[in-house]
Parts: sequence; structure tokens; C-alpha cells
Amino acid sequence: MPSLCRDCLATFDSGARCPHCRSPRIVAHPELFDLSVAHMDCDAFYASVEKRDNPELRDKPVIIGGGRRGVVSTACYIARIRGVRSAMPMFQALKLCPEAVVIRPRMQAYAEASRAIRAMMEELTPAVEPLSLDEAFLDLSGTTKLHGAPPAVMLARLVRRMQDELGLTGSIGLSHNKFLAKVASDLDKPRGFSVIGRAETMDFLRDKPVRMIWGVGAATQEALGRAGIRTFADLRRWDRRALQARFGSMGARLWQLARGEDERPVSPGAPARSISNEITLAEDISDPDILDGHIWRLSEKVSDRAKARDLAGRVVTLKLKHADHRLITRRRSLPDATRLADRIYRTARGLFEQAGARGPFRLIGVGIGDLVDASQADLSGDLLDPQAERRSAAEHATDRIRAKFGPDAIVKGRALR
Amino acid sequence: MKFSIERGALLRALAQAQSVVEKRNTIPILANVLIEADGSQASFRATDLDIEVVDRAPAQVERAGATTVSATTLHEIVRKLPDGALVSLTDDGASGRLLIEAGRSNFSLATLPKEDFPLMASAEYDTNFTVPAPVLRRLFDKSKFAISTEETRYYLNGVYMHVAAGSAGPVLRCVATDGHRLARIDAPLPEGADGMVGVIVPRKTVAELRKLLDDDEQGIAVSVSETKVRFATPDVTLTSKVIDGTFPDYGRVIPQGNSRRMEVDAAEFARAVDRVATVSSERSRAVKLSLEEDRLLLSVNAPDSGAAEEELGVAYSDDPLEIGFNARYLLEIAAQVDRENAVFLFNSAVDPTLMREGDDESAIYVVMPMRV
Repeated sequence: MPSLCRDCLATFDSGARCPHCRSPRIVAHPELFDLSVAHMDCDAFYASVEKRDNPELRDKPVIIGGGRRGVVSTACYIARIRGVRSAMPMFQALKLCPEAVVIRPRMQAYAEASRAIRAMMEELTPAVEPLSLDEAFLDLSGTTKLHGAPPAVMLARLVRRMQDELGLTGSIGLSHNKFLAKVASDLDKPRGFSVIGRAETMDFLRDKPVRMIWGVGAATQEALGRAGIRTFADLRRWDRRALQARFGSMGARLWQLARGEDERPVSPGAPARSISNEITLAEDISDPDILDGHIWRLSEKVSDRAKARDLAGRVVTLKLKHADHRLITRRRSLPDATRLADRIYRTARGLFEQAGARGPFRLIGVGIGDLVDASQADLSGDLLDPQAERRSAAEHATDRIRAKFGPDAIVKGRALR
Repeated sequence: MKFSIERGALLRALAQAQSVVEKRNTIPILANVLIEADGSQASFRATDLDIEVVDRAPAQVERAGATTVSATTLHEIVRKLPDGALVSLTDDGASGRLLIEAGRSNFSLATLPKEDFPLMASAEYDTNFTVPAPVLRRLFDKSKFAISTEETRYYLNGVYMHVAAGSAGPVLRCVATDGHRLARIDAPLPEGADGMVGVIVPRKTVAELRKLLDDDEQGIAVSVSETKVRFATPDVTLTSKVIDGTFPDYGRVIPQGNSRRMEVDAAEFARAVDRVATVSSERSRAVKLSLEEDRLLLSVNAPDSGAAEEELGVAYSDDPLEIGFNARYLLEIAAQVDRENAVFLFNSAVDPTLMREGDDESAIYVVMPMRV
């Protein structure tokens, strides 16, 4: 069976260890050298960057996230052993792992690491489609001659390089389409390399739960559940028309995915369409002052991410979920794009007041959309709001202070609400 | 009801009615025009509940009466009838149809009872005065481009008409702004207008009013109360609610100390701005103005699409200055200049710039620069 050593990158035919370096870290699969669509997912990315930049943290549980009321954004593998998970409320995470070191996200540092990884991926193929800072699809079809090695070897080399040069690890999923590549990268984390070949696709999926499908969240899962669909095998029993009739355009896609088919190309030309942040509140809240604090913090996070990625948005969105799960979304176009926390916050506040919705809310989210390059952002002032210019200058100064002394060096009073 | 009317007169009367009715509305009667015939005239009334317009036209009335029919359908029919035709409208009351006859064409339209048609409550007007149409035309034409479309700043969604202190005594003033540019237009205060409450005339009303003023030299009767404004000619009466809000204190927005003066041929300037703006992306059309002694360089640099430059001779004698503006804003204010020369008064690259015609302070424009 075609095999590859992930340490010395040697290729060989069989064996439990590499015949050259005796490493046990080998990957073997009948289609190993025939597959070319991959998903690369960094391992506990934010936490890994923090541990790399501060070696003292290496053997400690590290949680990236905000505040006591916040949620876990990333937990390192030590913290994960204790049961800490992403999106878990911070107080719960700290109950499970009281000695964890909690660090507020430093988006600038993550964006920088992400850019370096992106550059490495782009050396392999122009078809790189980033999904977020820490994961991306790659299509290496037709690059074997160019690199003098099949995609699997180049991917193993990529993660080895990431580790050597950047001190960050990642997991690879290799398959014949995006859906399966993403599924594969999750099979063996961290530092994984998993392959799903064409021949085993149907068997592999049969008993897997449908929630494995990217885009099937709690609501869709529930709807599928009501139709008696829990696994891929359940899904396959439905014919295409019936699925379409019941689930609309999602139905057609489910029918395809049920058979492990996914025709979406890896498209580098699909940049981020929006940047948003939301928080599920530890308890339902209707106090407008506390909500105001959340709107500010979310606006600031969205702004931080936009700044880190040199993007700005022409649309601001606000999302509110009532305690009974009723969802309200509101959006407003701005006359010119912005990436300033101040403008995002003021617009979101306006939307909140305009929505006139009464709490309690269980979730609140702020985002920007219709993204453009940062060079086109915040170009013109407002005649009727002469203070805006000063607030913007203050925000830029604050950003420089935070870049130098850390994200908590200076915060707005309303961030403490 | 039965009357005959000349096609041209009918078309004119219906044109305004059909533009007032809201195209998408859920209340059927609001799509209708109320037709009333009495004496020697027919009147046509339409409303969207915020604006009401009544057009009157001479008609040969055989039988007085009233009914309502779809404004757009009737307008379309009349539009397609041959010029000069005599149109007869008959409502027999019993069939629930309005018959329209012209030459060999016959139509019948479904009607709704006239009693269901909402009439705007007539208000007590505190101030009544008459303004020549050209004066009113200038006040609104030169300000309406700056009206904001941002719904959250609803108090900017119209033209603020009020009495203000001009440099040479009280004036009737119209101001509009969207936060990026501002227009402030003055006219001599008409007799009887002093003491008028300031009102914000909504955007749609401004557009409807404009049709009243078309190539007319006659006087327009203006009536103002705190909640309504009315503009009337002998043939047409336009009544509108005003925006219930407070217009911001625009006075502090208008720069007083801008001393760097550039004088330029307005038409030439507008054409040059339009040309260089062609290369830049539609989204942020920033034009850079680089000023040196008697020389203006207009340039646009759009990294992904291209670059353009054009030089213009201007009168300028201050220190060199570089300042950027949204091309559309520049074009819009340059288009307001009736005479030859536009005078721009700059302070710095980040402060608002003022534009006016020569030293005439009766029409001034303020525009916010853009970073370039």
C-alpha cells in the first residue's frame, strides 16, 4: 500500500515504520498519491501561538477568551483533556480547569501567523481557500510534475515546515472533495494526517451522524431529526425530490453530500464576506446597560479582526436572540466603509434602539459585511458629528497602546459593564 | 356623474395624482384617484396619507358627482388616447364602473365608493404668504440634492424651510444636509412670512412640489403650520405633513474662517471632475485636488483600476494644498452654480470646505473632505 513518512517525507510501499528513519508517523492508503483536495486545520491555533510566544505557558492549560462572562474561544490540548471546549462559557471552563491561564485574544499576532502559513500554502498551489485564520482548503490537482512529488508529500512537508519555521502544528485531511477533506482533517487531531479515498467514501459515511456536515447546525439537525434522519444512511434512503421538497435548496445539497459528493471548487477568489462576533449569554439578559456593554465588546472584537485583516465593512449588522429563540436581525448600510469600533458600535446601538425589542435576550451578535479593503475605510468625516474625528484619533491611539502593552492595557469604561 | 374634458388637461391633472399614489400599498383605495365633477370643473385628488394633491381642470359637467378609480390605470388610458381627443367620463352609480369614452375607444374601470377615500384633515395654518414660482424653485432645486436618505436620521430626510437672519436682514431659507454635504439657500423674505415656524418638508413632497413649479412664473401660495405645509396654484393644491423632528443646528457646521480661496470656472471644473472620476471604482470615488499658485491638478488613483490626472487653470494664491473629495459630491455642488465662477474656500485637508457663487452668500454649500 502506498505509504508516506511524515517525518522524513520518504515514500515507500509498506511497513509499520519508515524504512529510512524508523519513525512510526506514517500514513498509508491505497489512494494516497491519487488524491489532491486537502483541508489544513491548525491545532488549537490561538493557544499554540500564545505558547510559542511565551514558553512558560508550554505545560500549562491555556484558554483564549474574554472575561468571566465571556466564552472560550480556543483551549489548548491540556485544557481540553480537562473537558474545556470552544464556545463554553468561561465560568464553566474555569470550574473544570481552575488553574488555567486565561488570555485575551491577540488578533494581530494570530493574523500575522496566519499570513505566514498562507504564504507557505500558496507556494504549493494558487488554489488556497482560507476559511478563517487557522484553516484553509487547498487543491493540489495537477501539481505533481511541478513539485516533483504528489500532493500528499507536499502536504506533509507543509505541516513539517509550519512546525519547524513557525512553531505551529496543523492537521491535514486529504480526499477528493472539500466536504470529505474537512471531515478528514478532524479525524486525527492534533498533528493528524487522514485520508478518505474514493473507494471507501460510501462505507465511511454510512453510520456517521449528519451533524458532521458543515452547515448543519442545531436547527437543521432538529429538522432532520423530526424527519427521522440521524445518519448518512438515513439520509440516503430519501430520494432527491423528497429532500428538496422538505428542506429546500439545502435538501439538494444534502442528497449529494449523503453520497460523499461535493462539487464546490476550491476557490481562492472567495474572500471573507463578513466579519461577525456573537455571544451566547450565560444567563438571559434584559438590562440595557449590560447589553450595551456587550454591544461595545462585540463591536471592538469585530473591529480588531477587521483591523488585523486589513478589511472594512460597508454594512453593520445586529443579531438578537430572544430567550424563546426568536431571532431578530437588523442591518444598516453606511455611506462609507468602516473598521472603527466606535462607528460599528454607534451603528449597532442605533439598530438596537430602532429594533425596539425588549429582552430578555440569550444571544447578541454584531458584524460587518460588504467588505472592502481597509484603504477605503473611514475616509470622510461627518459634518454633524465633529467629535467623530477625535474619537477616531483616540481609537487609533488606543490601538497602538494595546499593541505595545497588551489588549487590557487600556479599555473603555463601557467595556467593563 | 358625467362630464367631458379635453385629453391634455386630463392627462396633466392625472400625472400628478398618479405619482402621489403609493405604488405598493396594501390599502386598495389609496391606489385610487378621487374624481369630483361640479359646476364647470373636475377635480382629481390623490393621497398616500402623508401627501395630498388636488388638481382642478375645466370640464363640461352634465351631471355632478364623485367616484374613485385606479389612478395608474386611468392615467395610462388617457396617456394612450390621441392628442386633442375629447374624453367623457360617466359613472352611473349602479354598475360600480366608470365608463371612459373617447372617439371609438371605450373603457370601463372598477370603482370604489367615494366615501371610503381618506381626506386629509384640513389644518389651521398659522402663516400664509405668496412666493413667485422661480424663487421657490431655486430654494428647493439647489438644496434637495443634499437630502439624506438615512432612515435613522429621519429629521434629515427633507428640506428645512424656515425664516433666518441673513447678512442683509431676514430671509426665507432652505437647508438640507446628509452629514457629508450641506446646502443653504436664501431668498428675500416674502411679505407675511415672518414668524413662520420652521418645517422639514419631506423628500417626496419636495419632488411633488417641483412639478407644480415647472415653467411657471406665477405666484405660489404657501401655508405653514407646525404639522403641515401647503403649496397652491390656481389649479393645484399640494398638502403635506412635515417631518416631526428637530433639524440640527446647522449654523455651527458652516465654516466661518476658511481663508484659502480658489476661483474656478464651474462648468469646466465639473467636466474635469467627471472625466478623472471615470477610472476610479464606483464605491469610493475620491478625487484629489492639488492646489498650487493659479493651478489645480485633479487626480484619481485607483490601485486596481487605473489613474487619471487633469490640470485646470484657477485663481489661487495661498500655500499649496492637497485635499480629497467624493467625486459625486463635487459634481453635485458644481452643478448648482448658475453663473460662471465657483468660489471654493478651504481651511485644511480635514476641515469642511465651503463653496459659493462669487461672493453671493444667498447660496452656499459645505462639503466634507475625504482622506486620499
